[in-house]
Amino acid sequence: MASFLLNRLFQALVTAFGVITLVFFIQRLTGDPTALLLPETATQKDFEAMRQTLGFDRPMIEQYLSFLGDMIRFDLGRSFIQNAPVSEILASRFPQTLQLAGGALLVAFAIGLPVGVIMALTRGRAISRWIMGLVLACQSMPTFWSGIMMILVFGVWLKWLPPSGTGSLAHLVMPSIALGLLSLATYARITRSAVVDELGRDYIRSARARGVRTPRLVRKHLLRNSAIPVISITALEISQLLAGAVIVETVFAWPGLGQLTVQSIASRDFAVVQAVVLLGAWVTILANLTADILYSLVDPRVRLGNQ
Amino acid sequence: MASATRYRSRYIAGQLLAWWPAILLGLMVLMAILAPLIAPLDPNRQDLLGRLKLPGYEGRGGTYWLGTDELGRDVLSRMIYGSRVSITVAVLSVLLSGIVGVTVGMLAGYLRGWPETILMRLVDIFLSIPAILLAIITVAVLGPSFFNVILVLALTRWPRYARVAYGQTMSIARRPFVTLARSMGCSVPRALLLHILPNIISPILVVATLEFGLMVLFEAGLSFLGLGVQPPTASWGAMLSTGRNYVTSAWWIATFPGLALFLLVLSANLIGDRVSDIIGKGR
Repeated sequence: MASFLLNRLFQALVTAFGVITLVFFIQRLTGDPTALLLPETATQKDFEAMRQTLGFDRPMIEQYLSFLGDMIRFDLGRSFIQNAPVSEILASRFPQTLQLAGGALLVAFAIGLPVGVIMALTRGRAISRWIMGLVLACQSMPTFWSGIMMILVFGVWLKWLPPSGTGSLAHLVMPSIALGLLSLATYARITRSAVVDELGRDYIRSARARGVRTPRLVRKHLLRNSAIPVISITALEISQLLAGAVIVETVFAWPGLGQLTVQSIASRDFAVVQAVVLLGAWVTILANLTADILYSLVDPRVRLGNQ
Repeated sequence: MASATRYRSRYIAGQLLAWWPAILLGLMVLMAILAPLIAPLDPNRQDLLGRLKLPGYEGRGGTYWLGTDELGRDVLSRMIYGSRVSITVAVLSVLLSGIVGVTVGMLAGYLRGWPETILMRLVDIFLSIPAILLAIITVAVLGPSFFNVILVLALTRWPRYARVAYGQTMSIARRPFVTLARSMGCSVPRALLLHILPNIISPILVVATLEFGLMVLFEAGLSFLGLGVQPPTASWGAMLSTGRNYVTSAWWIATFPGLALFLLVLSANLIGDRVSDIIGKGR
């Protein structure tokens, strides 16, 4: 177990290091990142001053090492536009995005899982195909469209829910659904195929022969054994949700990290954009690591097969 | 005799029904190609007196079937022209990311050893940055334009193909027919291209179909955020962005391009599902 964990941890660290390197090089795709950090009205003198303060006039390798050093100390730099440390700016927005992602995950889980089980139990019948069609529709729905349509119907026409902004639980409903739809589809499909796989096995047949009824069969046998693919997909979904938040937050004027990213691009606050990307990647890596550990706990074959 | 005809026509109707996603996709592609012929009005022609008019508005240019936008442009014509951007960007970025990804994956799976380690590690790194964030940061650096969007989408999506090609190549590379070809003097690139690629192409095609839908969504997402194709070129994402701002006063601006977007992605996903079912059964 210990060697399995160490191995995974090492891999995660190497990936995190790679992400930092990648972001560093993307930033220098056009050569000099100074232009990314200054407003368009900046003069030549501002340019020179900025280049020197940030050390962009130094050799590339030196810049890279100092960037790496900053990252290891979790120093994300300063935003010159908002004149505050980037980490503080991120921290002020993070809880909002966490709320939204949590709501979306809840929607996806609470609806996707049962729908997947129902699709598996009714497979081959017309109802299963119809539900599958709906699931595919959810998967193909652009979040910014479903979001706008919800605002139109429930916010503007019916006036059941506040069309945008934050403040109450009611504000969270539409953004969570918009963000959760895609994950809902993924959960439903993964659960369906995992349960279908399990349904063909002998232990299910013998449980049925013993007279175990379907609800109990699902609860006691199917769910636990179908858990692995569902857990591993959750790690992927978390990164999907973070990315999706960029658009959903823009649609609903939700003041989280996503809206921050879009605002920062508009105001050319590149330090913040870069920090959000790094944060997104780190959360993804952490989620994958957690998933690896979790399913080695649920299913010992995973870690034993690795030794 | 009559029943045979009826049977046949019913069979054809059934086939049409079963393949409606392909037909829909075909119509969309046709719409993109024939845009100048189909569009009732010039998509960029503004009419500041006829702004935000309801669908069916009779303006100076003619009938505006789907209404006008905030500059008095015809929503229907802009929607028809918008399909060009969506489809071109999606096709080109799928091709580009497919070529890059398959090459990387096949090399890693065939050569093994240190190229495998380095290449597949690279794949992991790219996959751990949420794709839309990676696209956003790259467009933010390079600046938004038609070609940059394609470039960025390809850059973000190649790892997916690499994973599939890698796994498939590994399972094929040590088969006798490959070894035989190599021992008869076949070079590595030739072996990869002529002997391995044809055997691994079908799962890659499935990925490509599903990626097509995703690329359409990504392009629209970037345009929605103002990072895609720049105005005045019509694109569905940008139209949705305008529609968001006028959602209380002009519902039609966002509704119709969004519907088109949804149908295009849905048909691509349905085809992808169908193809993967067929290939899955073939095994």
